[in-house]
Amino acid sequence: MNIVVCMKQTFDTEAKIALDANGKINKQGVSLIMNPYCEFAVEEALRIKEKHGGEVTVVSVGGPEAQDALRQALAMGADKAVLVDPGMEEVDEFATATILAKAISGMQYDIILGGFRAIDDGSAQVAGRVAEILGLPVVNVVVKLDIEGGKAVATKEIEGGSQVLEVSLPAVFTAQKGLNEPRYPSMKGIMQAKKKPMDKKTLADLGLDAAQVAPKVKVLSYFLPSARAAGKIIPGEPADAARDLVKALREEAKVI
Amino acid sequence: MIFKLTEEQELLKKTVRDFAESEIAPKAAEMDEKEEYDLSLWNKMAEMGLTGIPYPEDYEGAGMDNLSYAIAVEELSRVCGSSGVLVSAHTSLCAWPIYAFGTEDQKKKYLVPLCNGEKIGAMGLTEPSAGSDAAAIKTTAVKEGNSYVLNGSKIFITNAYLAETYVVFASTDRSKGHRGISAFIVEKGTPGFSFGKKEHKMGIRASATYELVFENCRIPEENLLGEEGQGFKIVMMTLDGGRIGIAAQALGIAQGAYEQAVGYSKVREQFGKPISANQGLQWMLADMATQIEAARLLVYQAAYLKDAKQPYSKQSAMAKLFASETAMAVTTKAVQVFGGYGYTREYPVERMMRDAKITEIYEGTSEVQRMVIAANILK
Repeated sequence: MNIVVCMKQTFDTEAKIALDANGKINKQGVSLIMNPYCEFAVEEALRIKEKHGGEVTVVSVGGPEAQDALRQALAMGADKAVLVDPGMEEVDEFATATILAKAISGMQYDIILGGFRAIDDGSAQVAGRVAEILGLPVVNVVVKLDIEGGKAVATKEIEGGSQVLEVSLPAVFTAQKGLNEPRYPSMKGIMQAKKKPMDKKTLADLGLDAAQVAPKVKVLSYFLPSARAAGKIIPGEPADAARDLVKALREEAKVI
Repeated sequence: MIFKLTEEQELLKKTVRDFAESEIAPKAAEMDEKEEYDLSLWNKMAEMGLTGIPYPEDYEGAGMDNLSYAIAVEELSRVCGSSGVLVSAHTSLCAWPIYAFGTEDQKKKYLVPLCNGEKIGAMGLTEPSAGSDAAAIKTTAVKEGNSYVLNGSKIFITNAYLAETYVVFASTDRSKGHRGISAFIVEKGTPGFSFGKKEHKMGIRASATYELVFENCRIPEENLLGEEGQGFKIVMMTLDGGRIGIAAQALGIAQGAYEQAVGYSKVREQFGKPISANQGLQWMLADMATQIEAARLLVYQAAYLKDAKQPYSKQSAMAKLFASETAMAVTTKAVQVFGGYGYTREYPVERMMRDAKITEIYEGTSEVQRMVIAANILK
């Protein structure tokens, strides 16, 4: 059973987001982590491997710093890592998926896993696009996954409940919170990670040129939520204050 | 000089921090309150390989260096001083002398289950009248046939009761003074070996501290560690290394309290502005940060020297002295930043201040560290 995990490095969930002078997200000094949904995907891949044997390859599109997240996956127990540095300032979901699909197309795979969304841009598109390019079925927001006899039985969240689906392999699955509890890398795993292959590729190595992955979507601007206005304290005797409050709710806030 | 951690050390730091914040931090206050360690945490640490970090994979250790070990103890202690000392005493005071002085058989039998975390380790040295003056121990070991018979008692033994394996120091020849001290490996459950009272401490209250009692406790002669009369040398070398662990613990406690203080100072408002807007408070935080950075460099340097197989006795004493005094100073200031809230158990800085104090006392008081440093510079 060969499993490929598409993985993204994101800002730490506790990182404070700020914009620089050009209105871009300031990446200076921000600590980076493996996207938590991708962590579920890596964990699931390792569990499938432990049960059915095979090999787990993690693939990411990003700059050299993304190696840290890939190395974490190797320390958790993945066998190989592939990093494609697109050498581009900004990539969109189309570009990322095109690159990932191209990288994966040269590999042996039965299962492709990914996080159902990244916690930074939250677009939830990449795994689905990879499936489309590779011509594979895709099951999103999976909370349970069983593999047997060339098929997968996946439980996914739907509005108000769950749905159990059967799909033949190879297929793409995206991980939702609840799929599993990701392990911590072990100290031995950390030591072994260094010896595992980390294949660094450029677009040219994949036979892609910049035009083929030119983003189709362009970010026009970023802005932060406006600061919350201070609360209002209504003074006075309870009866008077209640009357003023009702008046304010009706006339100022217009909620009643 | 290169002030940069390796990729493995960075990943270890991040991993242990994640683990400590997610698994240990939510339980730290309750374990302190109950004076009881939750051993499910130990089992998780064993699974991750935190119970034998600086020992070779041949003995089921992680095969990492002493700097990695110090970073791990620092990160555990950042949220829970008791977790830091649990790992530190186990790794430095019990596993190390067996690793350094044990026979191959002893290592297979005792070091392997310590490294893989199946068993917890402890060391028995201190006695009621032999603290800083370790050579004054009264516990005796008398050779009888193929056994040694131990009599005496030990106090303030960290990890006692929880531990299955003990490295115990006893005199095999009282007439020879410190040259008559020998080290033994003693298993919990050996007839004649029992536990006295549990200590109720000011800090590191989740860490178990008991008295050990030996009454005609017969142990096989193959459990002599090193040679007869080598015990004092084993003690001194073990403590040189142990000090790196305690220095790392102190550093972690200081770091944890400092981060709490910085966070609180930004959200606590008085006189219509965050208290961090006051220069007096800013200077306190600046001093805390500076002391911690200095302590970290000393601790990492001592670990580096040990890894480089260079003399590190002076540096580990300096690291332990400076880091523990930093921990006490920083945690005291952190409580001050929190004001009245800092004095309550609603916030962790109160526990951190209590935990910090012991780092100036155990594994050599600050006064003993100064003796060691002076002896090194005047020799």
